[in-house]
Amino acid sequence: MQKEAQKADAAERPRVSPCWSCQGPVPGEALFCHTCQAVQPPGGDDHFSRLGLDTDFDVDVAALERRYFDLQRQLHPDRFATRTARERLLSQQQATSLNEAFETLKDPLRRADYLVHLKGAGVLPEGCDAVNDPVILMEAMELREALAEAEASHEVDAIARRTREDIDECIAELSRAFDAEDLEGACRLTTRLKYLRKLGDEIRARRAKLASND
Amino acid sequence: MVDLLQIHEPGETPLPHADDASVAIGIDLGTTNSVVAISTDGKTQVLRDDDGQALVPSVVAYAPDGSAVVGALAKRLLLDRPDCVVSSVKRLMGRGVGDLKALAGTLPFEVEPPKEGSEGGMVRLRVAGHSLTPVQVSAEILTALKERAEEQLGQKVEKAVVTVPAYFDDAARTATRDAARLAGLEVLRLVNEPTAAALAYGLDKGAEGLYAVYDLGGGTFDISILRMEKGVFQVLATGGDAALGGDDFDHAVAEHFLGQRAKRLGARAITPSEAKMALMTARLAKECLSRQTEGEWVLDVDERQTGHRIDRATFEDLITPLVERTTDICRAVMDDAGVGPADVRGVVLVGGSTRVPMVRRRVAELFDARPLSDIDPDEVVACGAALQAEALTVGSDTLLLDVTPLSLGIETMGGMVEKIIPRNTPIPVAKAQDFTTYQDGQGAMSIHVLQGEREMADQCRSLAKFVLTGIPPMTAGAARIRVSFAVDADGLLTVSAREETTGVEQKVEVKPSYGLTEEEMGEMLYDSLRNAQADMDRRLLAEARVEANRALNAVVSALNIDGDLLDDGERAQVERVMAAVRDAVAGEDRDIINAAAEDLEKATREFAERRMDRGISAALAGQSVDGLVDDDEPAGNAATEPEKQDH
Repeated sequence: MQKEAQKADAAERPRVSPCWSCQGPVPGEALFCHTCQAVQPPGGDDHFSRLGLDTDFDVDVAALERRYFDLQRQLHPDRFATRTARERLLSQQQATSLNEAFETLKDPLRRADYLVHLKGAGVLPEGCDAVNDPVILMEAMELREALAEAEASHEVDAIARRTREDIDECIAELSRAFDAEDLEGACRLTTRLKYLRKLGDEIRARRAKLASND
Repeated sequence: MVDLLQIHEPGETPLPHADDASVAIGIDLGTTNSVVAISTDGKTQVLRDDDGQALVPSVVAYAPDGSAVVGALAKRLLLDRPDCVVSSVKRLMGRGVGDLKALAGTLPFEVEPPKEGSEGGMVRLRVAGHSLTPVQVSAEILTALKERAEEQLGQKVEKAVVTVPAYFDDAARTATRDAARLAGLEVLRLVNEPTAAALAYGLDKGAEGLYAVYDLGGGTFDISILRMEKGVFQVLATGGDAALGGDDFDHAVAEHFLGQRAKRLGARAITPSEAKMALMTARLAKECLSRQTEGEWVLDVDERQTGHRIDRATFEDLITPLVERTTDICRAVMDDAGVGPADVRGVVLVGGSTRVPMVRRRVAELFDARPLSDIDPDEVVACGAALQAEALTVGSDTLLLDVTPLSLGIETMGGMVEKIIPRNTPIPVAKAQDFTTYQDGQGAMSIHVLQGEREMADQCRSLAKFVLTGIPPMTAGAARIRVSFAVDADGLLTVSAREETTGVEQKVEVKPSYGLTEEEMGEMLYDSLRNAQADMDRRLLAEARVEANRALNAVVSALNIDGDLLDDGERAQVERVMAAVRDAVAGEDRDIINAAAEDLEKATREFAERRMDRGISAALAGQSVDGLVDDDEPAGNAATEPEKQDH
């Protein structure tokens, strides 16, 4: 089922290595040997190419899922339960890489973080964790204070609503920043998104606390 | 779902693939009852005894000579010879001596005091004068299920899918796998019980969409939220309590009875046989109160009788805190999955304890959906396990994607826990995190592996401790120690630690804290398996055959595509060696098979080199046509790549 795609790959990639099973040539990132069908080790693909996507912040999550399920159907250890130990191990490594790629790309925050590092490796050594933006800090502090003071559930609801809107807006801005190749802007927005997500957790905790006080 | 069982004599082959030696069964190893099932062409069949009973009580009775009886017979001995009978042993799987404090008073058997000076270690039970681990007791139950299957299928059974509560920690999973090994069963996969139930519903009843599986068994509670569609069963979140179940309902009722009895007979110490009798009676009362609204039971122990009348309302008062604990956990898990009750299309009920009307009512209220129990809640998990066993051996289009139920991490300075893999991460998964030394010249680092959600190490479950030694002298904070966690598709964890600047490495399969050591396991295998050596030989032979067939198929494929690279003489030579491998595989000698496979590898080495040359030339030709040659990396060097890739 993979054959055609792999032949096409072979024409584009200069890297060819011997299949561990039949010793014949296999293109660098092929999942299966096109000669003997043996599963290959996961290559060093980035998450986007592993899932057959363009390296872009805007991801069609439904298409991503379809691709992920399709690949897991071929590579999951359940498909190799009666095979040789080597094949079981390789399938586990493939499925692990696939899970890592999928978990990273399906979540806008992890996707943004990953994409900034992928594009700007070395450019932004401290990554998107450094808090050097007073605007983000102020916003986070204000919202957190408001949450701590919220005593009624409708007050918490209002903060939750605003946080959800802010998150949506932040994701839209991230998309524009990546489009414009504005890595520094994307990095700042990723930091902001991290804070907003954390606030989401705190809203949950606050709700639980108010509920237990009832 | 359940086909009528064909009557047959042992030795006959009643099922289509019965002559296929790789038949695999599905086992639900329960706290109270266990069930074994088989699936053929997607149709499941629960294996019943002569009386039509599917449930094998998870009760083992031991004779003074160490021989064991499992099931209904053992259960009958529970009252007469309580000192010789073990029930609910699942509650002790993977438990350490320290865990028992939490369970004290709720266990229907005698636990050995820990050996002096021994730290941690697996719990041991004192039964009929023998000292037994929970793994050994579980192995007896698994052996009985295996024998039931072998008798009914008329063939040897060596492979199984065994289910475990989704909320089982690593130690309990490992203990379960070890028990199967002792019983002579290769575990193809440990599958989470709610996931197995979902599989049975999805495939048999066509459930599609977002579903909750509420699984309240005898000793464990699980809740999983799954998305089921187009053959994909994706667990979004799972949670539970590995020490909460119908047994606790029994305890609540038994305490109620014993309280009344003490009032009437005057306060005094409760004897063990009184406690056991009260528990048995409480269980009967619980089961009756699921069908009728009240009843009266008599406790007749030590020649003193007391009568106890109880109605359903009183029963429900007694169990309300327990049922509320389950609904609280359901809410938390929905939160984790990022879904609300309105998103959930239906709730699948699993486990005998979901027969209690109050449980059904509360679950229906919580999810605002009519609970599904079309498939017998006692049998559904075994059916799912059987389906998965068939999928793993015969093949299938369905896909199970499960998650790890509990966060995994290591202890850091100040007794805090650094989480490395958060709960509800899809498996298999591998993650690494870097740590450093905190003292100048620190030569070793202790790695304490933990599982659980709490922030402090002493509140989490300790899975293993090991020490990374040989760190070269460096100033504090200069060493870079990378700790890697890998969880496989069975939910089992492997941890390794490596000092990155020098490459000093230590790897452990996590088992020590509460598990059996390799030596203990070896000893038990030796003691309990009369034909352990024969079993081991057969397994190694099977592995050699799988490997030799793999090598043969690889050469056949290569000849089909690149056969023109060999002249007639060379080809004849390769085919002679292939024929020798085929002959060897047809034989019974593992060494001959391995040697033949090795010969084949040697005989095709030159062929492989020519194929590589052709492949590289083709790739280069393709490149130059498209004008995309990457100057930095000559393609000719690519042949040296695989060694790197293998790591």
